[in-house]
This record gives sequence, C-alpha cells and structure tokens, in this order.
Amino acid sequence: MLTIRFWRAVALAFASVAFCTAAAQAQETFKLGIVSFLSGQAAESFGIPAVNGAKVVIEAFNKGAAPAPYNKPGFGGMKIEPVYVDENGGATKQVQELRNLYDREKVDAVVGYVGSGDCLAVAPVAEEMKRFLILYDCGTPRIFEDNKLQYVFRTASHAAMDNVALARYLKAKNVKIETFNMINQDYAWGQDSKKDFTLSMEKLYPGAKPGEDQLPKFGAGQYGTEISALMAKPADVTHSSLWGGDLQAFVLQAAPRGLFQRTQVVFSAADHVLPGLGEKMPNGVILGARGAYGLMSPKSALNDWWWDLYSKAYNTYPVQAPYRMVQSLLGLKLAVEKAMAANGGKKPTGEQIAAALANSEWESPAGRIRMALGDGHQAVQDTAIGKTRYDAAKKMVVLDDIQRFPADCVNPPPNMKSEDWIRAGFPGAKGCP
Amino acid sequence: MNAVVTILVDGLTYASWLFIVAVGLTLVFGVLKILNIAHGSFYALGAYAAASFVAWGATLKWAPAWSLVAMLLAAVAVAVAMAPLTERGLLRFFYGRDEVLLVLVTYALFLILEDVTKLVWGANPYYVSEPYGLFGSLHLGVQTWVGYDFALVALALVVGGAVWWGLNRTRAGKITLAVIHSAEVASSMGVNVSRVYIGAFSIGIFLAALGGAFTAPMISVQPGVSVGVIVVSFAVVIIGGLGSIEGAAIGALIVGLARSLAVHIAPVAELFSIYIVMAVVLMFRPEGLFQRIQARRI
Repeated sequence: MLTIRFWRAVALAFASVAFCTAAAQAQETFKLGIVSFLSGQAAESFGIPAVNGAKVVIEAFNKGAAPAPYNKPGFGGMKIEPVYVDENGGATKQVQELRNLYDREKVDAVVGYVGSGDCLAVAPVAEEMKRFLILYDCGTPRIFEDNKLQYVFRTASHAAMDNVALARYLKAKNVKIETFNMINQDYAWGQDSKKDFTLSMEKLYPGAKPGEDQLPKFGAGQYGTEISALMAKPADVTHSSLWGGDLQAFVLQAAPRGLFQRTQVVFSAADHVLPGLGEKMPNGVILGARGAYGLMSPKSALNDWWWDLYSKAYNTYPVQAPYRMVQSLLGLKLAVEKAMAANGGKKPTGEQIAAALANSEWESPAGRIRMALGDGHQAVQDTAIGKTRYDAAKKMVVLDDIQRFPADCVNPPPNMKSEDWIRAGFPGAKGCP
Repeated sequence: MNAVVTILVDGLTYASWLFIVAVGLTLVFGVLKILNIAHGSFYALGAYAAASFVAWGATLKWAPAWSLVAMLLAAVAVAVAMAPLTERGLLRFFYGRDEVLLVLVTYALFLILEDVTKLVWGANPYYVSEPYGLFGSLHLGVQTWVGYDFALVALALVVGGAVWWGLNRTRAGKITLAVIHSAEVASSMGVNVSRVYIGAFSIGIFLAALGGAFTAPMISVQPGVSVGVIVVSFAVVIIGGLGSIEGAAIGALIVGLARSLAVHIAPVAELFSIYIVMAVVLMFRPEGLFQRIQARRI
C-alpha cells in the first residue's frame, strides 16, 4: 500500500514538473535591450543609476508588484527579459551594438542612450531596420526637430526645456541680472545648452550682456584656469550645464576660490551630484534636474512607490537618470499592453507598439508624460527648479524655493523648432508662473 | 598686469600637475621603449588608493596634515602592488616585439584595469577634498587661488629634481642611462637589464599614481578619470621628446601656458591650442624638443 502511494506521489511530482516546464515554455517573453553607460565617465552619474532603476522596476513588473495601471505581470503577461549593453565606446560602436541587439539577440525593443551623439547615430539605424527604439535620456532637440521618424521615440523632454526654465526661474524670483557668464562642455549638449540659455536670456532679460563663455572639453577634470577667467570678469549670474564628474570637480575647485560668493551660479542639470557632494555643495546654488525629478518630484502614490523601491534597493534616493528610465519603461509597458489588446492578446510587432506609443500619455513618478511633439514621438513634461541648502540635521542637501513649470510653459508647441520658439519670444507658452 | 600674472599662475599650476603625471610616462618609454597607454589607469589607481588611504587615516583620527603622507603611501602601495605584476607578469613576454604590439598590450591592460577599479571600488564617486584646504588661500586682486595648487608646483619641482638627480648623480641612474642608450651593450657589460626595467617601470607607475593621488582632492574619484589625463600627457611627452625628462618639464610648461592663454583670451580655442603647439613643434623637431636624433641600428 505504502509502495503504491509512494509511486503515485512520484508520478504526480513528475507530472507537475512536466506541466510547469510546458507552462514555462508556453509563457512568452518580451526581450528588452537596455543600453546605458556601464563604464567610463558617464557611468557613475547616469548610466549605472539608470540601469539600477531599470533592474528594480523590471523585477517589480515581472512580479506584478507595480501599482495600477502598471500591475499586470511583465508586459501584458509576457515576462520581461532584459539584455544590458554598455553605451561606452563611441557612436560607431553603438550603431553596431544596436544592430547586434536586433539581429543576434532578437530583442523586441530597445530602450537606451544617454549621449546626444549616440542618439543621433542610432536613430537612423532603427528606422532603417524598422525596429522599435526608445531614447530615454539624451537631450539634443535635433533628433525630432530635424528628422521625421516612425520607429523611434523619446520619452523625456529635450534640453531646451532645462534652460528656458532656468531663465524663467531667475525672472520669477526677480534676480537682478546685467551680465552673465557661462561654462559648458564643448560638445553637442554643452553647445545646445549655452545657445538655449543665451537666447532665453535675450528674451527675458533684454539688457543682460553675456560675458565669459568658457567651453572646456568633456572630461577635463581641471578647471583652475576657467575659474580664474570667470573670476576675472565677475558677472551677476554664471550658467553651466556641466554634469557628472566634470560638475563635481568644478564645484570642488570653484567653492574654495569663492566663485559661489561672487556670482549666482545656476546649473541646468545638477541634482544627481547632490547625494555625493553633500555639504561640499555650496548653499544658494540654483539648479534643475531636467524634469521634476528627485528632490523636486511631485507628491503622488506612484512617486512614493518608486522612491521606496529604489531607495530600499540602493540606499540612496533616485535622481534624474533612474527617473527618466522608469518613465520610459512605464510608457513602454502601457504601449505594449495597448498594442497587445489591439492584436487579439498576441505579442505585438514593433509597428504595433509604435502606433500605440505615438501621441500617448501616461503618469510617471515625475508627473504626466505627453508624447506631444515630433508627430507624437517626442515627450513633454513638467519641470522644476530649486535652490540648494545643506540641512545639517538631515545630513543632506535639500532644495528650497522650488518653482514648478508646466510642460506647456517651457516646451515649444508642436511643429515649431525650439530655437525658433525661443527667438520668437515663447509664443503659445501657457501656465507660466 | 593682473591678467598676465593670472595667465602665468594658471599656466604654471596646470603645467605642474601635467609634469607629475607625464614624467613617469616618458621615463618608462625612455627605458623600456613602451608607450604605456595603461599609464592613465595607474593614475586612476593612485587616486582611488589615496581616497581609501585618506579615509582610513580619518577613521584612525589622523591629523589632516597626515593625509598628505597617506596620499604618498597610496602611490607607493600602487607601485609595489602593480609594477612587478605588470612588468614581470605581462610586459616582459613582449620585449623585442613590434612597438605597435606593445601599445596594444598596454591598451588591453588599460581596459582591464578600468574594470578592475570598478570591481574594487564600485561606480560611486569618492571624495577626499580635505587636503585641498590644508594650505589656505592666496588673494591677488580679484583672484583667489587655493594654496594646494602651489603645493603641487613644489611637488613637481621635487619630483623633477629627484628624477634628474637619480638619473644623473647616482650609480643606479648611470646604469639606467646605459640601458637607455643600449640595453644589449649594457647587458654585455654585466648590467642586470631586467632589474633596471622593473626598477624604471616601478618608478614610472609610482609617478603616475602620485599624480592621481595628489589630484584626488581636487576631483571626484570615479570611473573614467584615467581617460582624459593620458591624452594630454601624450601631447606633453611628444612635444618634449619621448623619453626625455627635461622635455617633459618643458613640454608641460608649454602646454600649460598655451592652454592658459587660450582659456583667458579665446576659450573656444582651448583644446586646439594644445595640439597646434604640438603640431608646430613636430613640424620643426619631429623627434620632439629634447630627443637626440639616433642612428638607426641595422
């Protein structure tokens, strides 16, 4: 009797294993390529925090643990299988890596790219291959302003927003400006930021004159000479779009020389250095985060969930890069599930996902994302600017005087290039404080 | 007048930093005939080790001034740990091979060490800015300079003087010069060339790590710090002449002053200024300012 029961149990166990295996084989997966800097100078500030954000969110998606409407396991029941690729190595390498992801890894979609140069290089490749691609981070406005793309999307605002918002913040806070200096990296990001800030200042402060215009190379590390030049011609405001290690080095070298006491320093994308710099970041610096991210993120249940998820996993709060990653994955999830529903519950094609994402809107931890520009392929979002203060009790930098700017105030309207929009005096800007 | 002083001071402080980093590169080339791309990695290792040593000193309640000693010890530790491993464990197998192959080997080493530093220290930045305030500030007109920058000038003078004295006034230095002139002849005269190689390579790594260690207080130490420094160091040693200590000093001074002048007068030409100087020097002195023309041995 015991023997019969034993063999029945064994048979049942084998049957269960066989069933589970068959079920697992039947469960479809969604293979997702994620490209970001895992090495090199952009890894610490952008690449690795963004990938860390992707890891915890994908894990939560696969468990069905994200809040509604993101609570369906995986993408519409399909398990998400991420493939991580290093963005370091230059645009030529990225073109090859993207082809490999589509052709060899057989990914269903790619989310990636921090570098503006990389984005400009890979977007035409995805178009040529007719494969779905989300650019989650890079800032250059040129991608959708100079091209009409069908398979490529950007789920975050472009960089014009950051500098328009900075200039508007200065105006809203009645900062008196007769002269302004600038220090920006000598590549697409720095050059575009400098141009957008200068044009915005021309409109909002017509009498203000640009002074020093420093353009150190990316990764310079040593800023002693540039700081001397900025101090030799002191201005009311000093603008910079430096980021990552360059920004940290600039702050560490400029603070003891008294630059921050002589001029109002404004940074367009600096929230990500606050946790690391701590009390080394001077008080009173005005800065943006390229969106309402991190310490400037709006209060919402979705943001609370995301903040806790990231903070518990990595023992630090999320800053702009992981925020932009999560908002792209949330948008992709809704688009895949919408396309799946339209496809009778079957896995959608790249074309179907693209059709679902175009002109869509969704809630993110940083607020509402609207694919409003570039024929529904370029996002706009709200942003915020704040002022630094070291809180000794909390042992961290906090941001005071936070001013929020609605998306329609700091982004150009559809079918208008950002440069033309700023030059024309921001026509159609709505809801500006 | 103030502008001229500012340009000179900025040029001199930048040149000092450059010289500390570049002198090790030129020494290694002079002795081993290796254009060491991994020199930037040893610079980064020095910076990371300094960050760890200074943090360790802080936990032991060392006085802030001792952080300078900690940074020096960090550079020594990097040289002791890495030089035998690299020279005996890797490079010696490629001696006598094509110089291009050796460049590729050191490039591979550079990539490996990038990942090793990330594996050991992670991707988060390290800050050791406390030593940066040890020497106070100097005020001149509208300018304020940090005393630490002038301490680097003094360090560069000490390093340059020590390397020159070591090569020209000591027995070991004269043996090294003999190996630089001809390793084969030196060997036939009873010189242990392998020992000279490892000695010179260790000093080269120590100088790279020293540059990284004393730069650490001015930057955030994080992945990628090795990249920028190696490019500009090459410019310095090419201007001065590969393998020439005096050349590295003059090359660093030329690059430092050219860059300072560009930043103050025409910032858009900052990067261009370094390479136009290099191009002009190479037009008239293809072998660099201080390298003697050598007869080709058949």
